[in-house]
Amino acid sequence: MKEAVQIGRNPAHEPDLQELVRRVALGDEDAFAAVYDAVASGVLGVVRAVVRDRAQSEEVAQEVLVEVWRTAPRYRPDRGTAMNWILTLAHRRAVDRVRSVEAAAARDHKASLLERVPEYDEVVEHVEARLEREQVRRCLRTLTEIQHQAVTLAYYRGLTYREVSEALALPLGTVKTRLRDGLIRLRDCLGVTA
Amino acid sequence: MTTTDLHRLTGAYALHALSDEESTAFERHLAGCEACAQETAELRATAARLGLAAAATPAPAMREQVLRRIGTVRQDSPGEPARTLVARTGRRTRTVSRWALAACLAAATALGGTAVWQHQQAQDAQDRARRATQATDDIAAVLTAPDARTRAAELNGGATGTVVVSRARDRAVFAVSGMAEPPSGKVYQLWFDDNGTMRSAGLMDSHRAEQTVLLKGAVDGASGMGITVEPGGGSKQPTSTPVALLSFPS
Repeated sequence: MKEAVQIGRNPAHEPDLQELVRRVALGDEDAFAAVYDAVASGVLGVVRAVVRDRAQSEEVAQEVLVEVWRTAPRYRPDRGTAMNWILTLAHRRAVDRVRSVEAAAARDHKASLLERVPEYDEVVEHVEARLEREQVRRCLRTLTEIQHQAVTLAYYRGLTYREVSEALALPLGTVKTRLRDGLIRLRDCLGVTA
Repeated sequence: MTTTDLHRLTGAYALHALSDEESTAFERHLAGCEACAQETAELRATAARLGLAAAATPAPAMREQVLRRIGTVRQDSPGEPARTLVARTGRRTRTVSRWALAACLAAATALGGTAVWQHQQAQDAQDRARRATQATDDIAAVLTAPDARTRAAELNGGATGTVVVSRARDRAVFAVSGMAEPPSGKVYQLWFDDNGTMRSAGLMDSHRAEQTVLLKGAVDGASGMGITVEPGGGSKQPTSTPVALLSFPS
């Protein structure tokens, strides 16, 4: 668990990852193994936070990592760091999975949403228990309650902003705005630059 | 969706909290909005930090499996587009593959569905999907009609228009790209040209440079179509000189 924490914490590691991904793009399997070691825990963490089910999470995480191999030649460093690219992909695929499972299993929108959104406290506890990075935890606490809830439901539960608006009984416009200003506050607190 | 609305979607987009249709619309907006692109990149990076915070150690077997799997997966070439298929109606293309156009239109109509949705938030998702599908079906029916005929033309200001007419179905579809926004408070109105008499064929969406519209009403004996700029809501008869006139393919 702990080695995962080291990965992104030290930004100095990022250039190495960029270079590794560049080599992966040329078909270098050893470089891919090194990329795997650097990102697998992050990928699995993102996917598991959203998908929940262990077996399915592992399946999706594997697909993501294979996709990293397949699409590395198309990775554009000017669009963001390799770590951001990979974790964004992981989140996208995790969200795709929960939405497609839901789409297949339950067409009734409201019923499925209610089933899928547990009591909010449970979500927080579940997610926050996983937060290994003190900084993220601290910064999440600087958000207003609504910002925190909206961002958490969207990112860690894979809800669309419409679903967030239903879950929190807030107007759509409010949710859009809170997702944005909540992330902006997190960005500033974490000192994130693109 | 207005530009202001799109601006506000950076957060939802970074969190993958938009529907596919909205995501696509937002990405089109991003291409021309540097400030949004910068903010979006930063918010994506912020979301990635939320992801890192949840890191979990995978089982050692997963490593073996992934490393084995990549041995059998061919890598994309650098220029290969992402999984989305983009059908293009080339500027100089005279004959447009009807199927390619149909695919393109299906995507365009899905976006149209989103715009409609903005005004009818109470409508439930299934209802919306049905209507989008219905519009797509109607358009596809024209495009795939055995007797469908196509005519492409350059319009004023560098826009490209393509009209597809099926006499058997008695309907016409108009697809345009590169359309400038009408002046504030005005709309583009479509007309059938009944040998010099203009008959309204509905309004276009003012905010979309690319769109595909099923002309409202039967082609009947119309020999062509026109587009005029009209006050919001449209007019009974054209009140301005047409910005475009296309004769139907015979």
